[in-house]
Amino acid sequence: MQSAVEVRDLTVAYRENPVLWDVDLDVMPGTLMAIVGPNGAGKTTLIKAILGLIKPAAGRIRILGKPYQKVASSVGYVPQRGSVDWDFPTSVMDVVLMGLYGRLGWIRRPGQSEHQVAISALKKVEMDDYSDRQISQLSGGQQQRVFLARALVQDADVYLMDEPLQGVDATTEHAIIEILHSLRSSGKTVLVVHHDLQTVTSYFDEVLLLNIRRIVSGPVSEVFTDENLRHTYGGRVAIIKNPA
Amino acid sequence: MEQFFNDYTLRTVVLGATILGGVSGVLGTFVVLRQQSLLGDAVSHAAFPGIGITFILTGSKVPLILMVGAGISGWLATAVILLITTHSRIKYDTALGLILSVFFGVGLVLMTFIQKSPNANQAGLDSFLFGQVASLVVQDVITMTVMGAIALVIVLLFWKEFKLLAFDREFAHSLVLPVRGLDFGLTTLVVIAIIIGLQTVGVVLMSAMIIAPAVAARQWTDRLGVMTILAMCMGALSGAGGVIFSISAPNLPTGPIIVMCATAIVGISLTAAPHRGILWQWIRRSLQNRKLRSEAVLMDLFDLARTHDSLEYPHMERALRVIYPQTGTLRRQLSRLEGKGLVSKKENGAWALTPSGVQLCHRLVNERIQ
Repeated sequence: MQSAVEVRDLTVAYRENPVLWDVDLDVMPGTLMAIVGPNGAGKTTLIKAILGLIKPAAGRIRILGKPYQKVASSVGYVPQRGSVDWDFPTSVMDVVLMGLYGRLGWIRRPGQSEHQVAISALKKVEMDDYSDRQISQLSGGQQQRVFLARALVQDADVYLMDEPLQGVDATTEHAIIEILHSLRSSGKTVLVVHHDLQTVTSYFDEVLLLNIRRIVSGPVSEVFTDENLRHTYGGRVAIIKNPA
Repeated sequence: MEQFFNDYTLRTVVLGATILGGVSGVLGTFVVLRQQSLLGDAVSHAAFPGIGITFILTGSKVPLILMVGAGISGWLATAVILLITTHSRIKYDTALGLILSVFFGVGLVLMTFIQKSPNANQAGLDSFLFGQVASLVVQDVITMTVMGAIALVIVLLFWKEFKLLAFDREFAHSLVLPVRGLDFGLTTLVVIAIIIGLQTVGVVLMSAMIIAPAVAARQWTDRLGVMTILAMCMGALSGAGGVIFSISAPNLPTGPIIVMCATAIVGISLTAAPHRGILWQWIRRSLQNRKLRSEAVLMDLFDLARTHDSLEYPHMERALRVIYPQTGTLRRQLSRLEGKGLVSKKENGAWALTPSGVQLCHRLVNERIQ
């Protein structure tokens, strides 16, 4: 079977220091995978390299068997919430519509049908009442939902999400996880940078433990062990796992 | 005034200033939102040597030719800034400062050289420093109009791409939009907006015309489209107003007066605009403080009464004064609460919660738990 995401010997360097070093990864379609690792492990860099936002020093990345440029329309992206200025003068609806800009092509403006798509995505994240809101009036959890809605309208096969659960309230966390699970059930591949080790077991099928190098990846039940975690976090962190 | 509107030259000049203000307002919106406000300053200063070099090479003082030279020089500066930031450890703001002063320095050297050279034609070139409205002729205004119109049409055509670029560049990149090309295009438009104004406002102050209308417009709206149109109008108004003021009295420099008009608009917007204005925020904050202060007194009465059988159990002011040593503040809050029917004063001078006061306390407790 064709991998949804295939990474071979990926090395990314910032100046002389490797941020990612010789990373290999295979993600099968329909997998919900967490990317876990300490700060500075290169989790965001990996996502950005897969999206072609960062030029790797070496290595090869294929999505659905093709280079990113060829399949960009089948890839959805949820950046870190803090990566944009939420005081930007725009509305929730406008932000969600941005997910359709790639499909719209040059010059054409979003019309009636695009608004319908956006509204239905906002319904999925329970934000349809907020479509006219200025984005600076949103809470952190609501901002995250808007970003998720923007990715949903992309109607992609592969989703890359950078810390979608960072700093959100419990309700939002549950809502987002439900959406991730429904994406997975409809055959989509979802890679999620995740920071909360306690919830990895209950939320995800597979996990990639990353610390500049790939420590291990595979089904959570097999690879998410104390030993591997110690290896990833350098043995400095005591990790308490929830008995599932 | 009537004479003014009949004066052909004046109309020309005012029209020119209006166009320069409008165009720089529109492009400035994107500059400000992309947090590149200093870019305008660097570009306008960096355009200065271009004027000198063009004059030395061509001997021409035709504004269109000089503007092309200025544009190339200004644009070159942005390219050098980009090169420096991508290929060295020098930060963006440092690169801006460096390029601004180096280019401007070169420009001053060239201007001095030209002034001292035995060429009778050089007079008036130094007016590009602070702008010289009197030098504007119909042909210049036509040039400005055409260039400005092209810039505005391009902004309109690539509206959604520029919006996304300004809001979330990486997401734009992930949609395989050519972000480098869009950066290049937008920067080029900013350079055009700046050189349109050089003759009237001058290199030293032109960046104010990029930033000021956009900053002012941001205060009044939360929509990019409205903000852009407002910035255009405010820029145009400053341009026209500045010219009219500066020629109403002798010896007033045009550029600085235009910039002062724009500054006045910024000042009004920063203070008086609803929601974002300082005045508005101050009023809202003091209302909020007042509400919080009286709610605190109400909750204290509630806490005291909770130790008794009834939540409407009255307490003497003295009991509260332990918490609020300032008698005046406490009295004021109590009488405000009384006015709202939340507390009532008993015959013996003790204060008690009314039923609606108790109700509000329960609600506040619930809100705080959540």
